[in-house]
Amino acid sequence: MSEQFKQALDGITRVRGVRGALLVTDDDGLVIADAVMEGVRGDAVAALAASLSARMARATVGAGVGEQNFLQLQAEHGTLLTMPAPNGVLVVVLAEKDVNVGLVRLEMLRAVEAVK
Amino acid sequence: MKHVRVVEPWIEDPLVRFVTEAGARLTLIMTPAGQVLAQHGFTRAVDVMAAAALGAAIVSSTREIATTIGEGAFRALNHQGVQHGIFLAEMSTPRGPLLALVVYGSESSVGLVQLFYEDLVQDLIAACPNQEPTKPVIAADFERDLHKSLASLFGR
Repeated sequence: MSEQFKQALDGITRVRGVRGALLVTDDDGLVIADAVMEGVRGDAVAALAASLSARMARATVGAGVGEQNFLQLQAEHGTLLTMPAPNGVLVVVLAEKDVNVGLVRLEMLRAVEAVK
Repeated sequence: MKHVRVVEPWIEDPLVRFVTEAGARLTLIMTPAGQVLAQHGFTRAVDVMAAAALGAAIVSSTREIATTIGEGAFRALNHQGVQHGIFLAEMSTPRGPLLALVVYGSESSVGLVQLFYEDLVQDLIAACPNQEPTKPVIAADFERDLHKSLASLFGR
């Protein structure tokens, strides 16, 4: 993994409650770089999160509210967060339910800047 | 509704699940020789036969390339186009090796197809009956089997 990508993901995974962070190609759903806890299927998270993000992007444009900036999906046992970055990259984070979303979002924004 | 046609019934449930979850537009399950066992999405027999023959040929060619560079076999091939992608992979089952050819569009992705392909392989292995004893192929049987297969694949 390149140092640039590693640093981008390290900032996110340092936040308490984060179980994994990935850089994913938004059209293919393939993993570019990942830092995930044992037991997390990075390839599955990448493929499904990219698919979800693509559908939500179509939904926001269709609803006339423009491009999506950030997606937060709260589930029974955790949270999925995605943020599009330039060059067709998607930042994906899998976290505990009670994670500090504001802090994770800040680190995701830094990751987006780092992969520009 | 996903429209699936099969020659061998044990393939149907795993294939329906796969095309539903992966969002595949077209799918073929076939032998390495290009004999089609199941199809989803094709409407013309000629398209199925062409896709099966070309898919089997691609796998065969790349296997030779793999051998040349000292690789046992390629796990999967993905041809990425502007509108469509083609995913081609070989799997081992109790009935012998099978090939899957999957065409997907912008509503899916190679990541999704790869993900659910792994489930398809496991489902097929679980559903697969044991290897049938091989018998000599004679021209009359071949002709009859071919017509029977095409009838199954296109509901005629």
